[in-house]
Amino acid sequence: MTFSRLSILSITATIAAAPLAVAQDMANSMTIISWGGAYQVSQTKAYFEPYQKLHPEVKIITDESSNEAVAKLRAMNEAGNITWDLVDVTAADAMRLCDEGLALEYDPDELLADAPDGTPASEDFGDLIVSDCFIPQIVYSITFGYRSDVAEWNGKEPDDICDVFDLKTFPGQRSLEKRPINNMEWALLCDGVAKEDIYDVLATNEGQDRAFAKLDTIKDSVVWWSAGADTPQLLADGEVVIGSTYNGRLFSVIVEQNQPVKMLWDAQVYDLDGWIIPTGLPADRLARVKDFVYFATDTQRLADQAAYISYGPARASSAPLVGKHADLGIDMAPHMPTDPANATNTFLQNYEWWADYRDDLDAKFQAWLAK
Amino acid sequence: MSDTTDAAGRIISADGRPLKSSLNRALRREKLRALALIAPLLIFVLITFIAPIADMLFRSVENDIVSNTMPRTVASLRDWDSTSGEVPGAGVFESAYFDLAVAAQKKLHSQLGTRLNYELTGMSSMFRRTGRRMDDVGEVYMDQFAALDQAWESPEVWAAMIGDADWLASEKAWAKAQNPGTPPPAFEVKEGAQAALPLTAALYKDFAAYLRLNDGDSPTQEEPWPVFYAALYTDLINRPDAATAFSGADAQRLQTSAAAVTNFEAVDYKAAFVKADDGWGQVNTWATIKAFSPKYTPGYFLNAVDMQKTPQGISAQPESQQIYILLFKRTLFLSLTIMFSCIALGYPVAWLLANLPARSANLLLILVLLPFWTSLLVRTSAWKVLLQQQGVINDTLVWIGLVNDTDRLVLINNQFGTIVAMTHILLPFMILPLYSVMKTIPPSYLRAAKSLGATNWTAFWRVYFPQSVPGIGAGSILVFILSIGYYITPELVGGTTGTFISNRIAYHISSSLNWGLAAALGTILLVVVLALYWAYDRIVGIDNVKLGG
Repeated sequence: MTFSRLSILSITATIAAAPLAVAQDMANSMTIISWGGAYQVSQTKAYFEPYQKLHPEVKIITDESSNEAVAKLRAMNEAGNITWDLVDVTAADAMRLCDEGLALEYDPDELLADAPDGTPASEDFGDLIVSDCFIPQIVYSITFGYRSDVAEWNGKEPDDICDVFDLKTFPGQRSLEKRPINNMEWALLCDGVAKEDIYDVLATNEGQDRAFAKLDTIKDSVVWWSAGADTPQLLADGEVVIGSTYNGRLFSVIVEQNQPVKMLWDAQVYDLDGWIIPTGLPADRLARVKDFVYFATDTQRLADQAAYISYGPARASSAPLVGKHADLGIDMAPHMPTDPANATNTFLQNYEWWADYRDDLDAKFQAWLAK
Repeated sequence: MSDTTDAAGRIISADGRPLKSSLNRALRREKLRALALIAPLLIFVLITFIAPIADMLFRSVENDIVSNTMPRTVASLRDWDSTSGEVPGAGVFESAYFDLAVAAQKKLHSQLGTRLNYELTGMSSMFRRTGRRMDDVGEVYMDQFAALDQAWESPEVWAAMIGDADWLASEKAWAKAQNPGTPPPAFEVKEGAQAALPLTAALYKDFAAYLRLNDGDSPTQEEPWPVFYAALYTDLINRPDAATAFSGADAQRLQTSAAAVTNFEAVDYKAAFVKADDGWGQVNTWATIKAFSPKYTPGYFLNAVDMQKTPQGISAQPESQQIYILLFKRTLFLSLTIMFSCIALGYPVAWLLANLPARSANLLLILVLLPFWTSLLVRTSAWKVLLQQQGVINDTLVWIGLVNDTDRLVLINNQFGTIVAMTHILLPFMILPLYSVMKTIPPSYLRAAKSLGATNWTAFWRVYFPQSVPGIGAGSILVFILSIGYYITPELVGGTTGTFISNRIAYHISSSLNWGLAAALGTILLVVVLALYWAYDRIVGIDNVKLGG
């Protein structure tokens, strides 16, 4: 198997190298994987179309497989045939891909553009480069939205994360993600654990039991979601009154679809999303991807994306350039998870911790759910 | 008689061979010809279907990642007793250093960490963190060797010292040709170097092979890994006379180095490991590595039945993590329920189809087939709209006044939702075989039974029903086997109590990446289905199953 993979690689390398030595050594087609939906539309508008305007010869093929990108890349790698050129993944997945040797390690200052004032990319992105393979793109958050027209609440509105656990004041169904990440943290926070101690407590069996006990108090009123589109739909249908999801999804329910829904923002959990380049690409495809990434992650491009979706650009230098929504003409800044008014109480997901505890806690979480 | 039988009394054919063997030969030829006819299909199925499944299922026991990534550690752990309560000695830590330093260069250490993290929480970050620190350890020696002689930093010096002369020559020719498509020549170790510097030569061989395979690079151009210096130090301490196996500048350099290494600052590998992550100082870490060092492991299968393999032996999972047995039972229970619901709903429809006049029967058949041709997702989503608490059914019930607005029925995101949606989706698989069997039952039998004095019920139960049983059998097998592996519908409408084992398998394939466990769960599911099929064959008889007239 190794032999055949090697020979295939060397054959393709020879074939590819021959005619392209004259041209710019860049492939003219690129397969980019993303999440689909409004998010991918924002990328098409802000990155793909402008890039194709500059390089009309380039064909961009898109696919919506980011959800299972890690598994598919692993399978492609085993088969020795990488068909993807650039993949949009969450930071946690980027770390796993990096761990497995499936994503390319890169040097930020070499691959990415400097900020307009000359700040090198590594500083402009700062500590958002959480893995050697991860090229950050946006900061998003997982937070709660609630319906503002619930009669049983007697005019009260939730303004604290712990209101999610308060069935007396705020009766009704909730929707939570069907995995332990974030839910465990919120449960402990509302069980009186200080924010800085949460992961220490959660690392112990007693701490995990405590989190499950807290979640038990609302378990019967929870609808568990696994797709980001679920909570917005459930909120719009009135199936649930409070639900967690990605802030961009809530933005489109509130602003674009004008539903009676509001953002909770309290204890929102920041997460990152960005690109990874698969390892093992032939030289011409790699050169094209690098060219695209240089273009698509510069200060202006990242700010442009924010005109289509309410996710914060990952570059510090892009923030001041965030303007108005491209179609609705409203100011985007107040809808960003990073806006100071929204960011009074926030979390950043602890990727390292979850990489260790995910297997263990997930087994416990599923067993708890099934009980 | 004598010319048609031989001495042993066997019948002989015209060409003088025993009749039995020439008959066999003719039959064999016949069989081979038949086999040649089906060969294309057989080969196609073998290559595209059976082989990938077998390969996937094989992962349920495969575990060579540990011994492949840490071969020296696994070997030196053999003498360590994991029940002794003490962390292994310095020798094991030294082996672990050489293994992990190489693995970190090849970026394999974090994969091993992910694998072992399935068994012991914390291994993932421990391996990642330790891998990052491995170069620091080698650099301690690197700096000392470089201070002694600048030449130790040169890739060419290393290549010339350890590489075979013939290899060096062909490597030079390759470098001169500047052909980016061809990989460099395969590395060969110099005969004497292997014996004089065993560890260094082994690591260097690894290095050259890795470069060749991954970057198409030659070791003469790449900076030597820091771990080589640690290996060289170890080799020179063990064999102070190593220089005698070399000649020229290599011999001289090794001579001076061998004299100097005794004064080198040595690294305490154990301290370095524990400093990188204190998990290395715990017995349990090593016991887990030892327990999972064989090439094959029953660990995944044990996990799949809520047991676990621990350093102390096999034990049940803690109750808070037991889930798979429950899911297997639930999958069987729900599949059977769905199968019986399909029989109960499908039988009358199939009867109507078979007995109505052709025109209305055709219309009815279209009504059966129309949802069958509709996308699975659309049908499942339609059930969501119907069954949810603010959905059509609940709204109607509230409007009629049967249900209070504040306590609407929970019809979805539970077992009920799964049963309803899946019964609807699988119903055609029951109706169609039933219909095709019923179509062949002559209506005159029923009339005959009635004319002989049977009541409607007796005529149906004693005459009609037994003849339709093969259709029930076929439909039941279809529905049951399809539903036992169903995934998308339970995922969408099953909530927490209506999900199947297949949802867990999908989770392990695409999210947790624990493909070994997914393969073990899949194997068990396959075996259960085959066992049920076998049992069905024994009880009902597979010949009694009919998909059509």
